[in-house]
This record gives sequence, structure tokens and C-alpha cells, in this order.
Amino acid sequence: MVESVRELIRAHANIEKEVYLDIENSSPVPEEIVNEMLPYFNKRAYGNPTLTHKLGWEAYETIILSAKKVGEHVGVESPEEINFTPGETEANNLAILGVCLSRRNDGKKIVVSEIEPLNVVNVCKMLENYGFKVEKVPVDRDGFIKIERLKEKVDKNTVFASFSLVNNEIGTVQPIKEVFKTVKDINTNTIFHVDLSDAYGRIPFDVKKVPVELATISSYKILGPRGIGALYVKEGLKIERILEGQIGTQKLWPGVENTPAIVGFAKASELAFKNFENNINHMKKLRDRLIDGIINNIDETLLNGPAGDKRSPDNINISFLKCEGESLTIELSLKGVYVSSGSACTRRVLQPSHVLTAIGRRFEEAHGSILMKVTRYHSMDDIEYVLKVLPEAVNRLRKIYGSMGE
Amino acid sequence: MSRSPLPYNPKILELFRNPKNLGRMDDATVSAVAGNPSCGDMITFYLKIDDEKEVIEKASFESYGCAANIATSSILTEMVKGKRLEEAWQTSWKTVANEVGGLPTVKFHCGILAVGALRRAIRQYYRIKEKKPEWLPEEQTFEEKQALEEEKLAEMLSKRLGIFESEE
Ligand code: FES
Repeated sequence: MVESVRELIRAHANIEKEVYLDIENSSPVPEEIVNEMLPYFNKRAYGNPTLTHKLGWEAYETIILSAKKVGEHVGVESPEEINFTPGETEANNLAILGVCLSRRNDGKKIVVSEIEPLNVVNVCKMLENYGFKVEKVPVDRDGFIKIERLKEKVDKNTVFASFSLVNNEIGTVQPIKEVFKTVKDINTNTIFHVDLSDAYGRIPFDVKKVPVELATISSYKILGPRGIGALYVKEGLKIERILEGQIGTQKLWPGVENTPAIVGFAKASELAFKNFENNINHMKKLRDRLIDGIINNIDETLLNGPAGDKRSPDNINISFLKCEGESLTIELSLKGVYVSSGSACTRRVLQPSHVLTAIGRRFEEAHGSILMKVTRYHSMDDIEYVLKVLPEAVNRLRKIYGSMGE
Repeated sequence: MSRSPLPYNPKILELFRNPKNLGRMDDATVSAVAGNPSCGDMITFYLKIDDEKEVIEKASFESYGCAANIATSSILTEMVKGKRLEEAWQTSWKTVANEVGGLPTVKFHCGILAVGALRRAIRQYYRIKEKKPEWLPEEQTFEEKQALEEEKLAEMLSKRLGIFESEE
């Protein structure tokens, strides 16, 4: 198997340019962030932050300052309210399971939307096995939550609500304030969790303006390292740990703190919010050029998710009809363009992305979907290169599709 | 809903990049489809058959599927070319999988679909000719059943999606 992979990699030897757009699934960490992290592996603060020696105290100081830096961009003042976890998957798990465990006697209903990421959807599924009822609110064709339907789904037994501010696949920016208010107007005791994984660093959010109890923040999606994420937990909220062990500075997550990753996360936050307006405008420009360049030049294409300001500045998700998505990711890879697909072929079961089907995409539309995300580090040259190689790739696969269905 | 690593072997990559016998065959004696566009995965198999000898003169395919599907379909067209229908019928999905150097487990069904399409085409041929050779089993073979299963599953799933329309 490993031999095969080596061959696959070798097949890329002659590509002229590389453009990595698969930020959804993992991301490169910019040099300046890596450099910031390096000393923390072996030069300073490598002690355990709960211990009584210099290296421990250094680590403690570093972690608290980093938590401040991560939290301040979403209006969190106290670093105590930022809980580092090994990633946003763990943060979402902690939020849902931690609250539902601690409130299991208050009610057994959870409300989410139909397009939440798998680290919400699958955790909810798990809770269904333990007697919880999960209500899924449908969305419209652009992925916006149907507020009227939300009203029907919340009642006095709803203990927990979880919604993403930005959908990870199609970039829909939810009217989160309205969603929050709708839930709380019906049941003030419902704990509200917002997943900011795809919003942080791109779409502003402030816990003082929308006073949610929990918020998940991602590191790698803002080009920080993997292996770290955070959950904001409002002071005083009752939430149980879902893992046990040696508890240190992170009251909700046992184990030794990953100080270098925490430092990288804080640095990534700082950079994402430095020149925020410029960065966002740059990403929007790239995004719109890529979307327009595809839709206007390649036949039978569909934009998934809304256009314009209701779409996250980094997200491009397009369906190419008569062109299977997994094949397209390979074809593009051989040309140095790295993307992912919501095709059924990329999954173990024969089901395409649940997000695409929830917005009413037919199977054959979801089958040829490609997800790309741009960052402030991408250039217009990168985008033009993608636009240059995409039509050839799509055409070749459409040749393989041939005349079927005619 | 999960993904697994897909270390496609060199043979699959090669066939994906340069598939053999690609495209609709205008003078085909018979053709058959497995899968359907509404489930995504679909392949069409075309056969030109020498009626007298019952030999496959040429075979071609079209695919709406992953690299494994394209590679197995492609290699199957080569494997059955020049073979008597009876021989071609014997080609199992496992032989095809071996021939492409092995398939990742999650991609078995793609090879199965290709063989399913071929067998459907052969059955179709005898149906048109109103013949019933002894070697042709009455009952559906594993590959044909699986193709049917996949189609049913897809139909069921896409019906569930129909709910979206009715809601508005
Ligand atoms: S054809 Fe869909 S997984 Fe192979």
C-alpha cells in the first residue's frame, strides 16, 4: 500500500505549479507561525504548566497569554473561559456531550441544523442511542436555516442547540443572532453552542453581542497548526468532562498541555486579524474571480451555497455535472491543484455530502462537487492557474462520461 | 459517513489517465448500464459480437465513477476482447480486481459494477437473440445482484431527498 502511494506521489514529478486549496481538510502552516512555535519545543516553556519550576511557570504564562490572544477576537475577556482541546472535533464533542451529560435530567432534546459538520451530526447520532432526541432544522436552497421550522423544533425539553455560524462546505453565513434569539425566546434555558470553525478569522463574532454559552474555535482553518482548537465556555456553565486523567490548566481536558501548538494557534489568530479588512477583501476578490471564471467558462456548473456577502470570503463550492468528483480531485492533483469533493465516491457509504443533499442538490449534482478555500496567502496567479487547468480536467472526465443519459 | 485513505496502485492510475476502449460504440451489437446517474456511479458497457462464433469482437465503456471504476471498466474491455461470450461471462470481479493490481476495500463495488454491466450486456444479447445457452445461469450472479442492490439503495436515498422539494 505504501509502495502504491509512493508511485502516486511520483506521478506528480512534472507539475509546473502547485496550488493547495484543500484548507477544509488540512492546511499548511506559514513559516512565521512555525518560527513562533519552534522555541517552545525545547528552548523555553516546555515544562508542564502546573508544576513548580521555571519551565512550568513559563508554560503557564504562555498558555494564559495565548488563551487571551485567541479569545479577544471573539469578545472573550477571561482566558479562563477559553479551553484548549486537541482540535475543533474535540471541542464540538466536548460541548455537546459535556452539556448533555450534565443536563441529562433536564430534558432530552437537542436541536441542530441539517447541515452541521460530522463532528456535530455524528455526536448527536451517538446521543440518540442514549435516549436523546435530535431535532434537525431544515435549510433552504442556499443553506440558510428556516427560522419558522426552527420555532417548531424548540420546546421546554430542548437542553442544547448547536449551529455553525458559517457552514464548512458551502460557506453560508447564518443570521446567527436571529437563530440565537429564536431559540432563547422559546426556551431561555437551552444551552446555545455556536461552531465558529469556519467563521473565526473571516466572519466577525462577539460573545458580548450574541451571548452564547459555548463557541468552538479552529486553529488549522486559520492556518494555525493541527492538534489544537478551543472551546469557549461561559463562566459558570455546568459542563462535564468527557475524558478523565490528570487535570492541569485546562479544566475540561486532561493531559499535558500542547504548548507549542497553543502558541501557534495564538500566532495564527493574531495574523488572521491583523489587516483584517485587507485580508478579507483579498480573499473575496480571489473567491469571486474563481467562481465567475468557472461558472462563465465551463458549461453545466452550479454554485453551491449563496453568492455575495452571505457567503464566507474563502469558500468556493461548485458542482460540475457529468464529471465525478473524486476522479476530478485526482485529475486536478496531477496538475498540481489540490481540492476535495463531496461525491459519494469519496465516502465509504454510497451517500454524497449531507450538506449538498440538504440544500436540495440531486445526487448527480452532488457527485461532481468540488470544495476549495482560499487564504490570504493565495495570489491571483494561483487562481488563474486553477482556471487554466480546470477546463481540461473537467473535459477529459466528461469524455469518460461520454454520452450516458442521452 | 467516513473516508478512508485510497492508495490507488500504479496500474489503476495508469488506466485512469489513459483508459482503453473508451466511448460509445455506434455499431455495438448490445449495450448495458449498471448503476444510474441519480445515484452517481454509473457505467455503460458496449459489445460488438460476432453472431456466428459468439465471440466479442470489441468492447468499450463509458463511466461516471471514480478512478477504480474507470480502471476496472477499462481493463475489463481488454480482458473480454476476442473471447467467446461463455468465457467472458466467467470473468469475476475478483479477477478484474487482481488484474488492476488490487482494489481498496471501499472500492470493491466499483469493480463489481463493471462486471455487472458486462454480464447484463451478455444476458441482453441472448434475450434479443431469443437464445438460452446452457452455461448462462437462470439466477442472477453475485455481481448482477450487487449492481441491483446499489441501484436500489441509490433510489431509496434519492427518494428520501425528494422530501426537500415537497417541503417548499
Ligand atoms: S464509482 Fe463511486 S466509488 Fe467507485
